[in-house]
Amino acid sequence: MRASLFITCYNDTLFPETGRAVVRLLERLGVELDFLPAQTCCGQMHANTGFRAEAFSQARRFVQLYRDAECVVIPSSSCVAMIRDQYSGLFEELGNEELRKQFAALLPRVYELSEFLTDKLGAEDVGAYFPHRVTYHASCHGLRGLHVGDRPFRLLKNVRSLELVSLANLERCCGFGGTFSVKNAEVSTAMLDAKLTDVLATDADYCTALDNSCLMHLGGALHRRKKSLQTIHIAGILASTMDHPHGATP
Amino acid sequence: MDPRVAPPFPTAALPILQNMQLRKNVAHATDVIQAKRNNLVAEKRDWHELRTSAAAIRAHVLANLGTYLEQFETTCTAAGGTVHWARDAAEARAIILRILREENATEVIKIKTMTSAEIQLNPALEAAGIAAIETDLAELILQLGEDEPSHIVVPALHVNRRQVRDIFAQRMGLPELSDDPEALTAAARAYLRRKFLSVPTAISGANFLIAETGSVVIVESEGNGRMCLTLPRTLITLAGIEKVLPRFADLEVLLQVLARSATGERMNPYTSLWSGITPSDGPQRFHVVLLDNGRSEILGRKVERQTLQCIRCGACMNTCPVYRQTGGHAYGSPYAGPIGAILTPQLEHMQHAQSLPYASSLCGACYEVCPVKINIPEVLIELRAQVVNQERSQPSRWFDPMYLGMKAANFVFAGAARFRLAQRVGHLALRLFTGKDGWIRRLPSLGARWTMSRDLRALPDQTFRDWWATREASATREASQHEERR
Repeated sequence: MRASLFITCYNDTLFPETGRAVVRLLERLGVELDFLPAQTCCGQMHANTGFRAEAFSQARRFVQLYRDAECVVIPSSSCVAMIRDQYSGLFEELGNEELRKQFAALLPRVYELSEFLTDKLGAEDVGAYFPHRVTYHASCHGLRGLHVGDRPFRLLKNVRSLELVSLANLERCCGFGGTFSVKNAEVSTAMLDAKLTDVLATDADYCTALDNSCLMHLGGALHRRKKSLQTIHIAGILASTMDHPHGATP
Repeated sequence: MDPRVAPPFPTAALPILQNMQLRKNVAHATDVIQAKRNNLVAEKRDWHELRTSAAAIRAHVLANLGTYLEQFETTCTAAGGTVHWARDAAEARAIILRILREENATEVIKIKTMTSAEIQLNPALEAAGIAAIETDLAELILQLGEDEPSHIVVPALHVNRRQVRDIFAQRMGLPELSDDPEALTAAARAYLRRKFLSVPTAISGANFLIAETGSVVIVESEGNGRMCLTLPRTLITLAGIEKVLPRFADLEVLLQVLARSATGERMNPYTSLWSGITPSDGPQRFHVVLLDNGRSEILGRKVERQTLQCIRCGACMNTCPVYRQTGGHAYGSPYAGPIGAILTPQLEHMQHAQSLPYASSLCGACYEVCPVKINIPEVLIELRAQVVNQERSQPSRWFDPMYLGMKAANFVFAGAARFRLAQRVGHLALRLFTGKDGWIRRLPSLGARWTMSRDLRALPDQTFRDWWATREASATREASQHEERR
């Protein structure tokens, strides 16, 4: 199996360890990965803030770059939701028929990481080991945008020594919302407070998710409040093994 | 609440976020309604099909709105009603005032109608010397407490019963009143009965208009609405033009989804239907004011049109994590929450309330519960694009950090070399703000809005793409060394 990794702009810059974890995990499962250095951003930030022409440029770049890929794996549910929900409309409004067709052909080959593992590879037990108490935060775009359902739970339940604790009000947004976290910082913070109360009540060691964006928001607040609870992208947990546990130097 | 003078959402939200009592009231009330709603939706095995039907009926109406409105005018007139067409709020107010003057009215009783708040009817009545008396219990609480509605279904949702007691005790002159719900409703009942029996003119909104029969439908929980609909001599119904349904039988679908979504009930306690006038029974003069006020403009737009499918159930508000924190007042409009965030700016022709499309984290909870499948996030994004198109060429935005940032990001994302350079520059620049523990606690400009409540981890020394390049290089080197050894 060959797959092309779209790491996303913010993982590339802010969370390279997530990208490295995805590589370790997928190569362990026998996937032959490539990384196209021409990739930048999916256009989500521009599209969701109203900068449509700019979002279109990024969307076009994505399609032109990946149109021949066997499949594309993206470790960020919100970027995948951007591609699935908004690209068509952008191409219809600003693009051309050729681009729209290329995108339609590419779309079924674009996977969020947990989808790729469970649906494409048929793997629920990825041989991971993570001896910690973990709670799962359902990012809105994964939950309601992609309908990932119980895929992340099936993956986490098969991790050796992982104690999974459920999070109250799982379906409620953490308040990140991209530029919302800055434009409406006070309301975003009020939503964050509510989410943190639920997260801390789990008494978990780690809070995980399909999206580092929510985790940047939650983790930043946990650090501000000097809490020991840490955030980790699900790839970090799934990449961790008995021989090579999370936190060991690569 | 008038969106033309209301402060922008982020500013309006600030004092509310400090009001812990209000936030507690809102969270409690929305939790209760949502739990009831979720239970009743779960018991309905054909919920998905019902929703699909409701959405299809509403979309069909919008695609044929002119036809059904004209049919309604014909059937309602034939049944003895008088139909008036109002292009905007001012016209609607003028029509209603003219009718009330012809009736020599000095007082008018009102059923809860958000549309009357939309056209700022009460201040206009007051200016004309006509006292408007709200008879919906929640609206009465707000009117006596000189407060504003914060929810389209439960307007006094932000007020708890101890606060209601205080308002009633003071305004009704009942110092001994307890906060027992029965005592409170008894006090309201005694207060309102006098008005029901003495005021001969009433104003209502409409949940639905039926084109086939010329009927108007009102759903309510208290029966006070029915008093207003049956006791007065003259009744004026104010309805947005989108409220029409083709057939009487369409109620089968819409009343099912409305009651479950709005109040978490299988059926609302009172459903009133009437068609024109019945001689010697009920009001003998009946007017319907059909209000456009920007709606036909919305109708003409592809993505935004679905906004008019709304049946005002308020389920989107109850599930919204933003509304949960701020309540309705921050939205500066009678229409609050997710539906308000898309409806209000459009009713204002995108001239006011420009902050509202941004008052959402785009979490999608509203779309998931909407009984007529309005894709609110999609409309929010569409409106954001319109705001940006309007504003981007304005000189005031030339140095706006958000606009500058977006333009810079677009430049950077257009090429991998630029992107890599920006990553390196960013890495160096953020070092200035990074503490010894590798975390950033304070940033300037827009960044300060982030660090208000959240730290930011410093940018790692090596980006993913650089790690990958290094790995590739060493793999190639190993392969060639291996080749040489052979």
